[in-house]
Order: sequence, then structure tokens, then C-alpha cells
Amino acid sequence: MISLAGRDILQSWGKFVFTGVGLGLLIGVTLVMAGVYRGMVDDGKALLDNSGADLWVVQQDTLGPYAESSSVADDVYRVLLAMPGVAQAANVTYLTMQVRSADRDVRAMVVGIVPGESWGAPGWPPYLVAGRQITRGHYEAVADVSTGFSLGDVLTIRRSHYTVVGLTRRMVSSSGDPMVFIPLKDAQEAQFLKDNDAIWQNRRRTEGNPAFNRPGASEVLDAVNASQASSTSVNAVLVRLAPGAVAQDVADSIRRWKRLTVHTRAQMEAILVGKLIATSSKQIGMFLVILAVVSAAIVAFIIYTLTMDKIREIAVLKLIGTRNRTIAAMIMQQALALGVIGFAVGKITATFAAPFFPKYVLLMPQDSVAGFFAVLVICALASVIAIRVALKVDPAEAIGG
Amino acid sequence: MAGNGIRIEGLRKRYGSGDTAVDALKGVDMYVAPGEVVGLIGPSGSGKSTLLKCLGAVIDPTGGRMTLGDEVIYDDGWKVRDLRALRRDKIGFVFQAPYLIPFLDVTDNVALLPMLAGVPNAAARERAVELLTALDVQHRKQAMPAQLSGGEQQRVAIARGLVNHPPVILADEPTAPLDSQRAMAVVQILNEMARKYETAIIVVTHDEKIIPTFKRIYHIRDGVTHEEPGEGKLPGVVGAAFP
Ligand SMILES: Nc1ncnc2c1ncn2[C@@H]1O[C@H](COP(=O)(O)OP(=O)(O)OP(=O)(O)O)[C@@H](O)[C@H]1O
Ligand SMILES: [Mg+2]
Repeated sequence: MISLAGRDILQSWGKFVFTGVGLGLLIGVTLVMAGVYRGMVDDGKALLDNSGADLWVVQQDTLGPYAESSSVADDVYRVLLAMPGVAQAANVTYLTMQVRSADRDVRAMVVGIVPGESWGAPGWPPYLVAGRQITRGHYEAVADVSTGFSLGDVLTIRRSHYTVVGLTRRMVSSSGDPMVFIPLKDAQEAQFLKDNDAIWQNRRRTEGNPAFNRPGASEVLDAVNASQASSTSVNAVLVRLAPGAVAQDVADSIRRWKRLTVHTRAQMEAILVGKLIATSSKQIGMFLVILAVVSAAIVAFIIYTLTMDKIREIAVLKLIGTRNRTIAAMIMQQALALGVIGFAVGKITATFAAPFFPKYVLLMPQDSVAGFFAVLVICALASVIAIRVALKVDPAEAIGG
Repeated sequence: MAGNGIRIEGLRKRYGSGDTAVDALKGVDMYVAPGEVVGLIGPSGSGKSTLLKCLGAVIDPTGGRMTLGDEVIYDDGWKVRDLRALRRDKIGFVFQAPYLIPFLDVTDNVALLPMLAGVPNAAARERAVELLTALDVQHRKQAMPAQLSGGEQQRVAIARGLVNHPPVILADEPTAPLDSQRAMAVVQILNEMARKYETAIIVVTHDEKIIPTFKRIYHIRDGVTHEEPGEGKLPGVVGAAFP
């Protein structure tokens, strides 16, 4: 037996390829959408991996430091270092902002890390693609290559200037913004330091408060002002465990004794995926549903029209004794063929288009496989209408009146 | 091998029921011997197509009896179970328009029928080419239907009707779209094939040109048939006048 579907496709291949390409672009968009979601999850994991931490110690009852803001005193890390099971603890700040270079302005996540002597502390970029790590306590920066900055560039963050001394790769925030590392003290300032006008306003307010501005005790006012101008907060303390320490046990004891919230690696991942990118993933899910429906509608419509064009031939095929099964198979095979062409085009499009997207697009083989089967199922379902029409064709129609 | 040709006894067909019922066939008697070509003529609405559809096993008669080849296919409400296989193996159809499958080449259009019956592709194609040769279109066997002339298409359609060597061929206005020379050629082919394969052939026609070629004619009027002798004038030698 010959393949009726195959012959029909060969005969009207133009129609099939044309429709297949259109469908393929839709499938390509769908695959990229799935890739965007995977990219977000992967960005989140990269963020956690690259921080090199086993525990995140944050402000009590917050989901910080990435999903919620958190503020912890910058001397807490010393106490943590003394706790059993803790090998290393380092302060870190995160602040997403515009970072300017000479002529450009890039959205980046500015990370404050402890520089110099504590080489490789948690929070440090684990490897560089060029240059060196930050060694000085001030005005040096390590930037991710995706910022477009290069070694020697001078960046402006708030009122200070930083020289790029090193470059990293795939160091991004959970929303895909590239990271720029600067020394902790600078970052604290950038984050908590007020502008001159605000400082001046604040001093006046303090001056006007009789509790701070006691006659004959002017040193009180100076002390209050000094304390207000300096910043002693960080967003989190990253903790690396000693070999053999159990994350959950150390986390429990920190929680119990320090009245701080501690997230383990697994909890952090759950927060990133479940909370931070939950809305985005729902959004992407909606798009996937819409794209699936549109693809199904296109396939259904095309297969239906192709079948309607063949009603006469189908009546003749039935009259000369073709089984219903054979006719249904012919139509379904055409729908599946359309799906296969579409998937091939879509996969190729997605693979070539992915690098051009501003956000990281991660095309996972298992998504492609799932997508392929989804396309086949959608095409098979979409051919049902056409098959029903074809099965209703009366062989008597071939004889006519 | 072709057995008893076509035998129809007291065949009745009623469309619809109650007040709107139409009695399209009111007791048709007809016999076509193997190797014979008979004409079926009648005015519009007389029941020709209805009779063909009953014989072609695509609609059910209301009563009577039909025998195709050596098999009773309908007897007063009883009918053969697998009508699809019956159509495939026992009946060849030739229509006014050729209705070839546009996406199959000439050979496969003909070979499709034996293939549907389970004959292996190569053997089916061999049979198809044999018939195409008999009908003198073998030189076009790799063409697509759209590339053929009307006369060539009709010959391919006839080859398709004959390829399973059915005991019966039903032809519905097979010459309507053809000029008289081509129409005569088609009639000659049908006669030759009837003889060669012992096939009983019924040709429904309005075509004045070919009516004189039948030896016997059934005239159908108001759902009843009357047999008349025909002139039986088949011109020329078969195969000489293919356009
Ligand atoms: N499906 C149907 N339902 C009801 N009545 C029908 C149906 N098909 C045919 N008829 C009626 O049966 C009668 C015979 O119709 P039939 O089609 O067999 O005529 P015909 O001889 O083929 O005519 P023509 O030469 O015009 O094709 C007509 O009165 C027609 O109106
Ligand atoms: Mg008719």
C-alpha cells in the first residue's frame, strides 16, 4: 500500500512548506518562551551558585536578600563566625541601579563584597574571564561582560567613580541584570548614603529636636549626626559551612540564638522559583497556552481546508472501497507532517534567535522533546474536525444525481 | 469466473417516508450477462442514478433482489455485510468525470484498487500497467492526472474500473464530456473489456451518439424498466480510433 498522505504532500508541497514555516515560527516563539523561563530559573541558580554560600542570613521574617529587602547589622558576621559549623561568613549588599560609564548607562545589580584579605569569601565572583579580583578597599569594580564594560573603564555609581579591574561571565541577578561588584564599604555608602541636601535637612531636624540638642551638651548633637551619616547595615550575611556541618542544624541554631532568619540553599531556590519569578512564569505559561491554541487553530484550519478541497476524491476513495481508517490516517498523517515541518522550522528558528534575546534564553533538550510531542498531540487533535467531515462523506456523492 | 453477470428482480427504492415519500424504483427487473454491455436510458428523474446507487451498494434498496456475479448481495432487506469490500472487489465504477486522485500518478491511480485489496505494490502496478497498455495509455503511465487530456483521463478511469477484474462495471454517463470520436472509442473499449474479462457492464447514458451501439437497452420510466433491442452497431476495429 502506498502512503496517500505522503503522495498528497508531495503533490502540494508548496502549501505544506508554506504553512509549516508559518506554524514553525509560532513554535519557535513558543520554544523561546519556554527558554526564557528556563533562563530565569537558571539565572536564579547561577546567582545562588556564584554567591558560594551555603546559608543566607537575613533580617528576621524576610525572604531577603533577593526576593525582599533585608537589613542586617554589619557586625553580625563576627558572631556568626564564632558559631559551630560556620567556616566563613561575609557581609554582602545588593542594589539594582543604573551604572554609568562614559557614554553608556547599564542596568546592573551592584554587589558589595568584602575585598582584599578575605580572598574568595562568600559573595565573591568565583572566576574571572579577564583581569583580577578587587584588592583595594575602595573604587575598584569587577563587572560582568554582559554589561559591555571592559577592563580600565571608569564607572559612575552614585557620586563615586570605579575602575573596572576584572570581568566575569554569567554573573546575573535573578531578573537577568548583569552584576557589578564593588568593595563593601563603597556599596554600603551607595545604598544608604543620603545626598547632601538630605543630610543638611536631617541635621536641621536633629538640631530642632530638644532631646538631641541639649544646651551645654553640644557633643550629643555631634554624636547623633555622625551616627546618622554612617551606615552600618548590609543586606545579608553569606555563610559557608565547615566540612561535615549539616546546613539545617546550623541554620536552626542561628535562628534560635540570633533572632535572624536563615535560608538554606534549597529554601533560597524555592523562594527564587516560587516567589520571585512565579508571576513571570505564570505569564509565560499563559503565552504558551495562547500559542498552543493559535497553533491548533492554524493546523485545524489548514487541514480542514485541504480536506474540503478533496471531498470529491474522498467520496471516490470510499466508493472504490477505501477503509474509513485509511482515510482518517491520511488526514491525520498530513496534520502530523505539518507539525513535524513546523517543529523543525521552529527548533531551528529558536536555536538561531535565542542569542539575540536580551535575556538569557536556555533551550533545554527535554523542553524540545516535550514541545515536539505537544505539537504532535495538538496536530492530531486539530485534525479531528477534518477527519469527522471526511468520514461523513457519502460514497454515493461520487455517483452524483 | 465472472459468474452470472447482474441480475435484478423486483427492485424497489423509496426515498423518505409518509407524505413526502418518493418511489424512485417501483419494481425493476434487469439482467446483464457476463461480457455484455447494455444501455440504461430514461428521462430525467426516472430513477437511473438511484438504480446505479443500489447496484453500487452505496444506498439500500427498499425491496427486491440483486445478484452480482455469483453472489446475492441484497434480498428483500437482507444485504451483504461488508459493502466496502463488495464495492472494492466486485464492482468497477466509471463516471462522467474521471475523478482520478490528483496526487497519484496514472499507474498508482489504477494500482490503488488492488493495493487496497491487499495486493503488494509491485504486483498491483504490474496489473495496472497491463490494463493501461490494453487501453493504450501506457505511454502516460507516469504522468499526473492533471497532465492528461480528457480522453486519456477517461481511459485511465476505465482502467481503474477494470483493474480488480470485477464481474460488474457501472458506468454513469461515461461519454458525456467527450466528442463523438472519443465517445465511440470509450464504447469500443468497454465492449472489448467486457469480452476480454467477461464483465457485465451497465452504461447509463443520455448520449444519442452511443445509444445505437448497444445490442440491448433498458428503458427506465417512472421507476419501471422496459427492455428493448438495440441496433448493436459498433463501428470499426477496436483499438484503431484512439484519439
Ligand atoms: N436522496 C433523495 N431523496 C429523495 N428523493 C430523491 C433522492 N434522490 C433522488 N430522488 C428522487 O428519486 C427520483 C429518481 O431520481 P434519480 O436521481 O434516480 O433520477 P435520474 O434518472 O438519475 O435523473 P437524471 O437523469 O436527472 O440524473 C427523482 O424523482 C428524484 O427526485
Ligand atoms: Mg442521474
